[in-house]
Amino acid sequence: MRRFFSLILIIGFGFYLVTVIGRIPFAATGEAKGSVGVQIVNDTVNDTGAANAVTSVVVLYRGFDTLGEVTVLFLAALGMSLLLKGTEEVKARVFDESFILKTGSYLLFPFIVLFGLYIIVHGHLTPGGGFPGGVVIATAFFIIVMTSEMVRLRENLVSILESLAGLTFIALGIAGLLGTKNSFLANFMGKGVFNTILSAGIIPFIYAAIGIKVGSELTGAVGSMFLSPFGKQEEAGE
Amino acid sequence: MSNLITIENIVYLASFGLILIGLFIVFSDKNLVKLVIGLDIAETGVNILLVSTGYIQGKTAPIFSRTGLKASQMVDPVPQALVLTAIVIGFGVTALALALVVRLYQKTGTLDVSEIRGLKW
Repeated sequence: MRRFFSLILIIGFGFYLVTVIGRIPFAATGEAKGSVGVQIVNDTVNDTGAANAVTSVVVLYRGFDTLGEVTVLFLAALGMSLLLKGTEEVKARVFDESFILKTGSYLLFPFIVLFGLYIIVHGHLTPGGGFPGGVVIATAFFIIVMTSEMVRLRENLVSILESLAGLTFIALGIAGLLGTKNSFLANFMGKGVFNTILSAGIIPFIYAAIGIKVGSELTGAVGSMFLSPFGKQEEAGE
Repeated sequence: MSNLITIENIVYLASFGLILIGLFIVFSDKNLVKLVIGLDIAETGVNILLVSTGYIQGKTAPIFSRTGLKASQMVDPVPQALVLTAIVIGFGVTALALALVVRLYQKTGTLDVSEIRGLKW
């Protein structure tokens, strides 16, 4: 019965989607872009010096919004660790994984971290940036934590890294406020040579801060899911 | 018949399909983990719809790394940046929801919404 009613509800909502949202003209076949997009694509190289227009939108044109986004991610990680930690009932099972799995994860770990760093550093030149790169780095730690029970990451180190990265983001923004341009997150550094790693002023630095922050946040979140590898092994083993 | 298969129609089909499938799971299922999965599927549909509004046929990604690319050959970067934000926020929401599910399961011993006291559906 519930299924029947939900099916009716879904059909109604589908009708709404098709009739209302389906009318919105798409740019897919036409020539016209939204005016904001046209302006940004035309001006981004002169404005920011970044080769990747999406990165320049995320970090500079809409940098304040990205600060809020990082804050939302921080709140989610905080909520996870508040909910999952400090509960006596959580007793993580100590997995006994096979030798091949453990050795393979140790072998892969440096390469995955290197790949994540590559994505972060080239965020303003190629697709990618701080968010995906941070997730890739966290994946490396995730694999290690999942497969081997003896690894202990220092939680303090993770949270210190995270706070430092967040403070770097805000400090760069305030430096723009105090500089000649007088606006928060203004690009106060030189643009450098186009299409090189140290180009585009503060964009690579902000994206590096975001990458470290996302990576350490997600590593901490993973750690709060698996309590035992994070130094609570004695309690878990009882 | 052939002019029904356009990029717009494919995008509409994919995104509306995913949104409706996700919402159907949310409405009809009682398992908490499945509810979270349903929300995720619906969110993917919304992201597809948003990111494809900036697509222009025959144009490339808005990245100037390759020399000789002009701005007139590129798609709109704004929806892509928006969807980047939406994906990250969606990840945070999913992680927090799953953490809540874990705690609820520890507290009540069940994942069924209708068996958890105080939550009626």
